[in-house]
Amino acid sequence: MADDDRVFKALADPTRRFLLDLLFAREGRTLTELESEVEMTRFGVSKHLKVLEEAGLVVVRREGREKLHFLNPVPIRLIHDRWIDKYTERHVTALVDLKRSLEEES
Amino acid sequence: MTDTTTQVYRVWIKAAPEKIWAAITEPEWTRKYGYAAPSFYELKPGGAYRSEATEEMREFGRQNGFPIPDTIVDGEVLESDPPRLLVQTWRMLMDPTTAAEPFTKLTYLIEELKSEPGVCRVTVTHELVDAPATATMVAGSPLDEAGGGGWAWVLSDLKSLLETGSPLSAR
Repeated sequence: MADDDRVFKALADPTRRFLLDLLFAREGRTLTELESEVEMTRFGVSKHLKVLEEAGLVVVRREGREKLHFLNPVPIRLIHDRWIDKYTERHVTALVDLKRSLEEES
Repeated sequence: MTDTTTQVYRVWIKAAPEKIWAAITEPEWTRKYGYAAPSFYELKPGGAYRSEATEEMREFGRQNGFPIPDTIVDGEVLESDPPRLLVQTWRMLMDPTTAAEPFTKLTYLIEELKSEPGVCRVTVTHELVDAPATATMVAGSPLDEAGGGGWAWVLSDLKSLLETGSPLSAR
């Protein structure tokens, strides 16, 4: 299966999108924490996380004895860049724009 | 336990690990993608790292009344195992808020896939303890209004450069 197919297949399921929402709100969660937010067995959640991991949308990182789950936005960024980003030329000025926006906030 | 300050980014790139390593650590390469700032690494533990402002950034800063420092990111190499692992500290100096935050820790891991030789899995782990402004910056803005797309955009651009020969902005 091509990379994009995996991403779209992973995103096609509402439970998996909800798991990504949870990680977007707060990253670095364990399976136990994610499971407590979903009406589903540990096995079911773990299977969904596996699909997300294979699509590259979730990255698992070991910290001590725990496995923490992180949302990886790069596959979605690649889809964005493929169809949306064609005419953007912010290359050079992006950081400076950021500096300005930080200063305006403060 | 949760870890709310670390950000993890992963991309698969069809290129040799040596080429990806060069694209991360050599100024001739880093000026071709992402924010296009040339990066200089002394690739040994304790070695210095810095990224310089581009002439375009300085010019834009001058026109808009924002002085841009010569060095926009600095840090120290903690571990260098080419072409696989680079661990370093990283501090953004472009803005006084991020410059006042503590050094963050950045890890690049390049792993060639056993199942698909010629394809590498590149994982960027950015540990951002007590650095909320830097964390906001590297997470990127979804609308690219402020600071561009952060790591996700940089890695997408790196993939484009190495696989097609040109960065997204030139495509």
